[in-house]
Amino acid sequence: MTLLSPVWTALLYLLAAVCFILALKGLSSPKTARRGNLIGAAGALVAVVTVFLSSRLENIPWILGAIAVGSAIAAPVARRVQMTQMPQLVALFNGVGGGAAALVALLELGHAEEPWVRVAIVFTLLVGAVSFSGSLVTFAKLQELMTTRPVVFRGLPVIMGAALLAAIAASAVVVVTGAVWIAIVLLLLGLATGVLLVLPVGGADVPIVISLLNAFTGLAVAASGLVLGNVLLLVAGTLVGASGTILTRAMASAMGRSVAGILFGAFRGGSTAGSTAVSDRPVRSSSPEDVAVLLGYAQKVLIVPGYGLAVAQGQHTIAELQSALEARGIEVVFAIHPVAGRMPGHMNVLLAEANVAYESLREMSEVNPEFKTADVALVVGANDVVNPAAKSTPGSPIYGMPILEVEEARQVVFLKRSMRPGFAGIENELLYEPQTTLLFGDAKDSLTKVLSAVKAL
Amino acid sequence: MDGVALLTITVLAIFVGFEVVSKVSSTLHTPLMSGANAIHGIILVGAIIVAGQAADAATLVVALLAVVLATANLVGGFVVTDRMLEMFRGRRGGAR
Repeated sequence: MTLLSPVWTALLYLLAAVCFILALKGLSSPKTARRGNLIGAAGALVAVVTVFLSSRLENIPWILGAIAVGSAIAAPVARRVQMTQMPQLVALFNGVGGGAAALVALLELGHAEEPWVRVAIVFTLLVGAVSFSGSLVTFAKLQELMTTRPVVFRGLPVIMGAALLAAIAASAVVVVTGAVWIAIVLLLLGLATGVLLVLPVGGADVPIVISLLNAFTGLAVAASGLVLGNVLLLVAGTLVGASGTILTRAMASAMGRSVAGILFGAFRGGSTAGSTAVSDRPVRSSSPEDVAVLLGYAQKVLIVPGYGLAVAQGQHTIAELQSALEARGIEVVFAIHPVAGRMPGHMNVLLAEANVAYESLREMSEVNPEFKTADVALVVGANDVVNPAAKSTPGSPIYGMPILEVEEARQVVFLKRSMRPGFAGIENELLYEPQTTLLFGDAKDSLTKVLSAVKAL
Repeated sequence: MDGVALLTITVLAIFVGFEVVSKVSSTLHTPLMSGANAIHGIILVGAIIVAGQAADAATLVVALLAVVLATANLVGGFVVTDRMLEMFRGRRGGAR
């Protein structure tokens, strides 16, 4: 006995699907983004209530318990996570979604009679497993549990090819026979493929891979909709798969990369240019007071914030520095690289948190011509996104990535923790140029000292 | 539902998916990715159905694991996206 007739069930699922479309639409504009997200959450709630009222379900106390456990784990983590660590959290959530889809497909194999349902099952298993293990590797890279540099070893393409061929063979066997143990082998092959796919990806490209795996999970969910004959899963999964693909391409083009190049670039080698060895050429380092003088008597200051700023939690201090300089009649603009931080738009989130006005944030294409007229470019905790090697050194891992043209400014001030290279693991020639001044230390400490020195001018 | 109807729905959904995100500024890439990520957490519906039909203990355990994972994706995804977007609100109300 179920409370909802099939017609009502279908209508409520349709309502949920419309909510998801409105959510994605809303998320595409700053004004409506938050409401869009809430609409999406409401749609999800409608869908979950509907499934309880419309299907003949056993084990309901267990299911409710499992939902409680999942919420109790995820909600506090999502609420408390530092905004700097948010990219890896998104990767993790994406991975577990893919894992869930793979498990659902595995369990449905016993009920699948028709071959085309088994095809959908095999697809969900494989793609869900790739998304799960791939996301865990991106998590490990972003959390710096492992090296952020591309991991390539001899024979990787061969192993990768073998894994793929084995997966295709196992898929065929599962479709024909429906053997569960072969499906488990397929699941393991998918997990291995996911790891092998992400290992060779360099740290700077990881965000794009997260977006790609996000689209993968969407496709796995869509296929699981076919398996279960559930239109909502089909529509929601397809929406995420399609929009995720577009988003991945948009992100890749913002970094001047192609998706294929990111995934398979390391196989071709050539990413050896730029060693991690720290050279001992002289650099000009200075005191917070000197930096304050440079800033305080400038007319126009461009601030380039990077991940180091976020790690040091210095976004509030830099907002104060901006106010202090503006009080002296100095024009202050933030130059935001598309991938400043760890994900596209990440830095905007961090600066918004510190109440930096939207009008003083400029996107790269808009701000690059302004460096020529800037007296000081203040680079705080950024490195790769201002590294001229992206323009001048073919073979460098970041070659071809659009950069902020900081070297055009009259004076360049780097606030850096150390001479260590950035996330991409390559040295920055700009640090040794004559117009460059360095101030070593934690970004927040340095900013606090510079701020009080500016106020004392 | 027959195959052609499912195919029709899929193809239309692909186009909707392409259209809704075709013109997004890079500022919103992160929240959009995170929001899309939350939406595929709806696999929870599938996990609930499978768990509700589980006939033996082993199936139930695996299905409940899927429910936990899917819930984490769904709930965590929407919460973290909301937190991100909360910060966009502050600056529009700012005095500057």
